[in-house]
Amino acid sequence: MSVIERNWQGAATLVNPAKPMRWGSFYVAEFRIRGMLKWWDALIAFGLGNPVLYLLSIGIGIGALVNKGTGGAGLDGVPYLTFLAPALLATAAIQGAMDEVTFPTIEGFVWNKTFYSINATAISARQIVNGVMLAAMARCFIQVGLYELILLAFGAIPLSSLPVLTLASALAGFGFAAVMLSVTVFIKDDDGFFAIVGRFVLTPMFMFSGTYFPLATLPIYLQWIGWISPVWHSTDLGRALSYGADVPLWLLAVHVAVPVLLGAVGLLTAYPQFEKRLSE
Amino acid sequence: MPKSDASASSAASPELMIVAKNLTKRYGDFVAVDGINFEVKKGESFGLLGPNGAGKSTTMKMIASTSQRTDGELSILGKDPNDHGPEIRAHLGVVPQQDNLDRELKVWENLMTYGRFFGLKNSWLKAKIDELLEFAQLEEKRNSKTDDLSGGMKRRLTIARGLVNEPEILMLDEPTTGLDPQARHILWDRLFRLKENGVTLVITTHYMDEAEQLCDRLIVMDKGKIMAEGSPADLIKEYSSKEVLEVRFGSANNKEIASQLEGIGERLEVLPDRILVYTDNGEGALDRILAKGLHPVTTLVRRSSLEDVFLRLTGRSLAD
Repeated sequence: MSVIERNWQGAATLVNPAKPMRWGSFYVAEFRIRGMLKWWDALIAFGLGNPVLYLLSIGIGIGALVNKGTGGAGLDGVPYLTFLAPALLATAAIQGAMDEVTFPTIEGFVWNKTFYSINATAISARQIVNGVMLAAMARCFIQVGLYELILLAFGAIPLSSLPVLTLASALAGFGFAAVMLSVTVFIKDDDGFFAIVGRFVLTPMFMFSGTYFPLATLPIYLQWIGWISPVWHSTDLGRALSYGADVPLWLLAVHVAVPVLLGAVGLLTAYPQFEKRLSE
Repeated sequence: MPKSDASASSAASPELMIVAKNLTKRYGDFVAVDGINFEVKKGESFGLLGPNGAGKSTTMKMIASTSQRTDGELSILGKDPNDHGPEIRAHLGVVPQQDNLDRELKVWENLMTYGRFFGLKNSWLKAKIDELLEFAQLEEKRNSKTDDLSGGMKRRLTIARGLVNEPEILMLDEPTTGLDPQARHILWDRLFRLKENGVTLVITTHYMDEAEQLCDRLIVMDKGKIMAEGSPADLIKEYSSKEVLEVRFGSANNKEIASQLEGIGERLEVLPDRILVYTDNGEGALDRILAKGLHPVTTLVRRSSLEDVFLRLTGRSLAD
């Protein structure tokens, strides 16, 4: 008789289903974060290296040009780097959160089928969605935090603006990640999906969301991209809250509502799709 | 292993772990499982035998409470999986057909994270992992990545993972498909130990020898229906003869010569590559064939197996 047999209590005594039914989302998040931390060195190197490169080229290079052209006034009444910071943070938030919903979801359904093994336990499809989102938000905060360190080091933002900037960018991360989650669940295989998203969604979204210049500068027929883009909403919100950019109250409410709405629609689409795909 | 008082969860009939009545699963117009009835008792090792596409895996998914039935009744551990999926799954162990271990995590981490999904404590799991690794003979691979394991090791790890919550029913979907003979025998040994210690096993397989080794009782499925039910020995007794004589005359001649064999044995089965003569005396049947002046290229007398039962029931061989 091996030790496994001597100590056997049986699931009826050992496992209380109420526990995973209540905390399952966190167990999934814990599992995802454990997987994520396998790449912690790359995560930190990328999280710090990317902003350094960005700030050196765009922030300082183009910033010098802008500040000079405006007679030292910068944009929106603040130095160019300060104007740029909320947009960079929103993008970092989106990138970080997106990585943690798209790859794990394809891995979970296609490459490794891990979601099926999780769903074979007491964990429900809905808890898998929530857990993946929780982990994605954890990554989002890590990414934003690292970016903020660099922004602070470059003197782009004051320490006091960290809470509002973090909040504004996390909103963008949440809204976009939930939408991406609900799209990724339909992917049967990679099929260049990530390349398409990168080139035709992320890049335009970043370019036309009032990132480098105020959205109003764009011709009206291009401004719609900003309106549907969580990057613009987050950026404009961040500008208002961090250095007091002039944004009317109703628009501030819209800036919060749009990412929240995107997030809600994303999650509500993802829940039944996860349930369907896991039961196939 | 599981103590007899551990089945308090199934109040109505504590001895019945699974009850399926008219269990049906349709995908659009396609009927994958067509109104089947069966029961599995506590401590029993129950097999679902049949070729690919027979409806075994679909039945398993419904028992595993991850796929909902279209019609009929199903009770697992005394509960209806439509209403109590997570509660039932909390007490099951599932070993899927395809290993779905996490490739980023180490061997021990796979067991740890899986245990966490049942809400088990880290401290308890630490000790449990040692036991499971010993059981799966993977102690030395504790810190390996799962990609570095052989097929048999991965399978054993998947089984160990399925045991982390000390399940009341362990479900194994084609546990040894794709493994070499040695790895299969190691696995059978492990499963046999579980069975000996009273864990209820539900196994699908299309290997006869596996079913004969592991199953107390089995259902033979084909096209979503149950063709027969019983212990391997009973099924062989009922649907086949004691012995089988296999004769080969070369693929081109089998069919033609078969007509000359009528009357020898209880029944003939003409396959493309050989003729099977069902009889209680294989050597005697062979003597009669030779007496007719026929000269088979090869001959073989063997005991009847579940393969013969399946052939009799469906007119097809399991390997199709």
